[in-house]
Amino acid sequence: MSASAEAPPPPSQETVRTGGRRISLPGGMVRNLGLVIALLGLCLVGWFTADTRFLDGDNFITILRFASVTGVVSVGMTFVITGGGIDLSVGSVLGLASVWASTLATQAMAGDVHWLVVVFTACAVGAACGLVSGILIAYGKVVAFIATLAMMVAARGLAEIISNNRNQILDVPGFDNFFDARPLGLPTLVWVFLIVAAAGWVLLNRTTFGRRTIAVGGNAEAARLAGIRVRAHTVALYVLCGFCSGLAGAMMIARTTVGSSTHGGLYELDAIAAVVVGGTLLIGGRGTIVGTVFGVLIFATLSNIFTLNNLSISAQSIVKGAIIVLAVLLQQRFASRSGSSSP
Amino acid sequence: MVTGDTFLTMRGTVKNFPGAKALDGVDLDVRTGEVHCVLGQNGAGKSTLIKVLAGAHQPNDGEIHIDDQPVTITSPVAALRLGIATMYQELDVVDGLTVAENIFLGHELSRAGLSNAGAMIARSRELLAQLGHAEISPRLEVGRLSAAGKQVVSMARALSRKARLIVMDEPSAVLDAEEVENLFRVVREVTAAGVAIIYISHRLEEIRQVGDRITVLKNGRTVATGLDVATTSTRELITLMTGRTEEYVFPPRPSVAADAAEVLNVEDLALPGTFEGVSLQIRAGEIVGLAGLVGSGRSEILEAICGVRRPSAGRVLVDGRRLRPGSVPDAVSAGVGLCPEERKSQGLLLDEPLYRNITLSSFARIARGGFLDEHRERRAAMRQITGLELRPADPNRVTRTFSGGNQQKILLGRWLEHGCRVLVLDEPTRGVDVGARAEIYKLIAELAAAGTAILVVSSELPEVLGLSDTIHVVADGRVVHSGPARDIDEHRVLDLVMEGEAA
Repeated sequence: MSASAEAPPPPSQETVRTGGRRISLPGGMVRNLGLVIALLGLCLVGWFTADTRFLDGDNFITILRFASVTGVVSVGMTFVITGGGIDLSVGSVLGLASVWASTLATQAMAGDVHWLVVVFTACAVGAACGLVSGILIAYGKVVAFIATLAMMVAARGLAEIISNNRNQILDVPGFDNFFDARPLGLPTLVWVFLIVAAAGWVLLNRTTFGRRTIAVGGNAEAARLAGIRVRAHTVALYVLCGFCSGLAGAMMIARTTVGSSTHGGLYELDAIAAVVVGGTLLIGGRGTIVGTVFGVLIFATLSNIFTLNNLSISAQSIVKGAIIVLAVLLQQRFASRSGSSSP
Repeated sequence: MVTGDTFLTMRGTVKNFPGAKALDGVDLDVRTGEVHCVLGQNGAGKSTLIKVLAGAHQPNDGEIHIDDQPVTITSPVAALRLGIATMYQELDVVDGLTVAENIFLGHELSRAGLSNAGAMIARSRELLAQLGHAEISPRLEVGRLSAAGKQVVSMARALSRKARLIVMDEPSAVLDAEEVENLFRVVREVTAAGVAIIYISHRLEEIRQVGDRITVLKNGRTVATGLDVATTSTRELITLMTGRTEEYVFPPRPSVAADAAEVLNVEDLALPGTFEGVSLQIRAGEIVGLAGLVGSGRSEILEAICGVRRPSAGRVLVDGRRLRPGSVPDAVSAGVGLCPEERKSQGLLLDEPLYRNITLSSFARIARGGFLDEHRERRAAMRQITGLELRPADPNRVTRTFSGGNQQKILLGRWLEHGCRVLVLDEPTRGVDVGARAEIYKLIAELAAAGTAILVVSSELPEVLGLSDTIHVVADGRVVHSGPARDIDEHRVLDLVMEGEAA
């Protein structure tokens, strides 16, 4: 436990400033502490197996850069899951947004498009997809799993048609300049991730929007009877998640220099895994952005260690699976401890 | 009808729940081949009694004998093994399976380890024919049957288990008149074969038709047992069911000022198949009660007033402004707050701290530009905690850990913090222990004194009569009587309600 003394847990949503405040959500802090320990443990494994190649400063930046795209998607996913839903379409929407934005830049307005327009387009495409899913779920009463599954398939197909299954190389000078910069030594992608995570934390923990999300996910009927517009809020959650996926699509272009219909494959699973490992309840009603960030970092570090040790992707998948199961088992223990004794 | 030896005996059965005694000394004798009716008001302990017999609850005290042998019913499987089958009100059939699969659910016939579908279908056909329903095919999916059909399947399942006692919980509630006749015929056939039936209902005229003897429960106790259906008068039964207790203590209240402004005006509200022609007015400081049985439409009326359901006709006005039908946010912003019947599933965020439940409807006032300040929230919560004497007085405590009475106060606190013109209370003291009841009555009276218009529904007649200034009696979705609460008593209300049911 000495490790925890060196690295105090991050300010979780339940952390207390007033002295008299008791820990009202048991497990909240414990869980974040557990995530810190897990991440430190992984770093130890990296240190022992890959030594200086792992401990190198550039390697940490590689991990963060790798984590940033999934990270932005996972922040959006945290909101949807906290609100009692699920979004399986994030990966496909990411791909569609990257294709749409790169098409705009290479064909429709070739040459003289401002880089912000590219980013804005990707975000708008993502938000529009979220709007469609959200309306289907909230007003069409389609189960979230099915509605977003349909969006997942359809968005991928649309991306393939638009791009003609080709990678579209983006050549917008301002775009590259922006994303190649390293303010304060960190790549822009990492900054975007950090800013999205911080904004997400504030939104979830300090605003009425966040509180309504928890209420809708925790007990939709109670939220409705309290006067909350549950359906409109549900739509807003999917729009927010889609927006994050779209932004991640632009980040993906920056990372790979191309827009491609294959971008974001299986990202929905990575995002759900990161959210769940972070401690957000899959049934809704409780979410943690800090936990999600740790979940993303844990999986990114894991991938990095496997790559450094020249181990196969397949072996990595097995370990990932084991971590997800472990996290969910732990979560169930916390859930049963908080005592659901309703008849 | 010839009845035989005693099959089941219960003596001094007690079942405690945290904060409440659900059964407090139940005595019951059931003979083979008889229809034994159990009567009692809501909360008298009928449901708990059923669950004890079904093995779903373990009694804390008392003895149960079957065929003069002491037994303990440790689980639902044990109950079936002892020959006790239960037909719950919400029929426990699986819609996606066939009739035969439902009948043999949990005791499938098998041959060499494989399920023997042919034998099950053949046996199902026999059972259905025995029940007079040969027209139901054993291969039909149960989801396609009517409620009456499902009940027959449920009964066939009990017979297939070779049940010697079938417990029926309000079996007629889901049936129309013709189906009820058929149910009675089946009941008579089954009892003629020596099976005993415990028949739970509060429709007295049914009990007269089908029952042999009656046991009356009140507050978890047997107050009379073995009454002969033929010789016991309705008046006597109602007196046994209602007899006053000391648990209702109402604070004295001033009468409503004659010039008090009308706050809520409901005109001709209707929802087809549920209720129609409902009109009522509440003045500032007045408490109005709706009395009626479960299923009479009273909860639905409340929900329509609060925007939870969208009425097909009529209108609701608060302070003269018409509410948008079917819009909870509009009702809330006009100052209408509903404390729903199911506090846990409809009212509270159980895993969130208390203060978040208090402020949930008051973001417009507490938040600044969409941002919440938890210190302000806790101060608001402390205000309500102090005013309502909530215990323990800890705004950060998880809501689930509060007692039923304090959870009800949390909901009241939410609406007080919001600032309510009309407070609508559905079963305000359900699951609340006796001590806390008096406190809640006092709070309701204080709120009225402060000028809030209050609308109350309760299954407990003494409660709704004791709290209210004005009473509307609801039966079968219609208001059958309106008048000052002091001019009517429980007997009269029950008479009205049962007349309505019979009509």
